Amino acid sequence: MTNSDPRFGGPGPEARWTEMLADGIFAIQRCGACGAAQFPPVATCKACGAASPDMIPADGRGTVYSTTTVRAREGDHDVSIVELSEGPRLMTCVTGIAPGDVRIGMAVTARIERAADGPRVVFDAPEAT
Amino acid sequence: MTDLRGAISIAGIGNTQRWDAPGRSAFDQLQEASILALEDCGLSLADVDGLYCAMSVSGFPVLNVAERLGIAPQLRHADGTMVGGASFLFHLRSAMSALATGQCDVALVCYGSNQRSAGGRLAAMPDPQPFEAPYKARYPISGYALAAARHMHDYGTTRAQLAEVAVAARQWAKLNPAAFERGDITADEILASRMVSDPLTKADCCLVTDGGGALVLTRTDRARDLRQPLVPVLGTGVAVSHRQIAAMPSLSETAAKRSGAAAMAEAGVSVADIDHVMLYDAFTICTLLFLEDLGFCAKGDGGPFAASGAIAPGGDLPVNTNGGGLSCNHPGMYGLFTLIEAAVQLRGQAGARQVPGAEIALAHGNGGVLSSQATAILGTAATL
Ligand SMILES: [Zn+2]
Repeated sequence: MTNSDPRFGGPGPEARWTEMLADGIFAIQRCGACGAAQFPPVATCKACGAASPDMIPADGRGTVYSTTTVRAREGDHDVSIVELSEGPRLMTCVTGIAPGDVRIGMAVTARIERAADGPRVVFDAPEAT
Repeated sequence: MTDLRGAISIAGIGNTQRWDAPGRSAFDQLQEASILALEDCGLSLADVDGLYCAMSVSGFPVLNVAERLGIAPQLRHADGTMVGGASFLFHLRSAMSALATGQCDVALVCYGSNQRSAGGRLAAMPDPQPFEAPYKARYPISGYALAAARHMHDYGTTRAQLAEVAVAARQWAKLNPAAFERGDITADEILASRMVSDPLTKADCCLVTDGGGALVLTRTDRARDLRQPLVPVLGTGVAVSHRQIAAMPSLSETAAKRSGAAAMAEAGVSVADIDHVMLYDAFTICTLLFLEDLGFCAKGDGGPFAASGAIAPGGDLPVNTNGGGLSCNHPGMYGLFTLIEAAVQLRGQAGARQVPGAEIALAHGNGGVLSSQATAILGTAATL
């Protein structure tokens, strides 16, 4: 047991991320060795291979990189890919405007939405005025 | 290093052409195609000592298929790499190395699916993606829709141009008696089709069919003595890009750029040398992306290129001459059928859709959500 490498000790990255999300924090990873940011959280740095990149709160600013409206019986909804200010991209949902009004290049802000099947990170569009 | 150019040939091909076959399992389709491919070249199951397969219904394809075909004890090499619809072109490359080094002598690459009769939906392997699941994207179409939306943003590609891809595929399908969809269709009808995940409509999507396909590969010296015209493999290239669509480095440029360049370098050919092209058209946007990334037109010009009629019958570049995944068949992982149609054309056996004088063909497979890309360059005896 004690022979395991301590660099990989503690809960795994996905478990830690999920726990932070439940505590109201949208986290990404930043590598202590090379400084690269990444998402989703995994056990090693994709840029340099270093173990256990740090989990840090994302600053929450992002830009819509691409977007689609999924047409479903229960209603249309947005699926977008947002590029975070730190660099990584993630799949998400842009909220606050009609799905068909989401545009590539739009500045959006992260928010944790408490849905029935658990919390998730969504992004608010700028005030549609 | 061993020069693999032309060292291995496609000796036999099998295609069940059973696109809607209730009561048959995926394995039934695969086994029928395998027997057809072996008979096509005059070999039998007793000759097979290399097995290559992937199926969406099985996590253990090699084990299931070897047992069912009764060839388990004689296998000396096998590969069940699963990278989606491009798997069979990855298998081709793997089998070529095994054949060239004598690790096996007769390789069977095979596939079967019953996804249409089993429920009519694209069957997805159990492969949970916890960072995508909460957003209820429709898999796989939303991934391709995101790529299409970005391509439109970057290059001004239009839905009308995408529709022309589907029109060209249907025009080819009308020349192929084995194609599943052969009815008339216009660009306006495609544009009026039901939106599924913007900007892609139902008519931008491949078919959902059953089907089975197989290839028999041997070293070229042996293939020369077999029944069919020689189809040597001149070059192959594979590329892995991502699993989740958000991790794709650029949504408007695919790793086909890498797989295509590798295959053409190995074959010693350029795009100008290629007479016939098979591109995995899971969605209309795929054809545009691969035309660009393989170098058949400039980056971003796929839309105008397709809309010019270049890829339709009578155009300068015969693309997806069987009708493609859009109009011929799409059993879920279509990649093997790009190789089969390329071989049919190079053998001169394509009937009304035959590309006159086809000597060099390019077959391109795609898997996942533009996740894996693989390219093969095939030739005739004259290209050796
Ligand atoms: Zn690092």
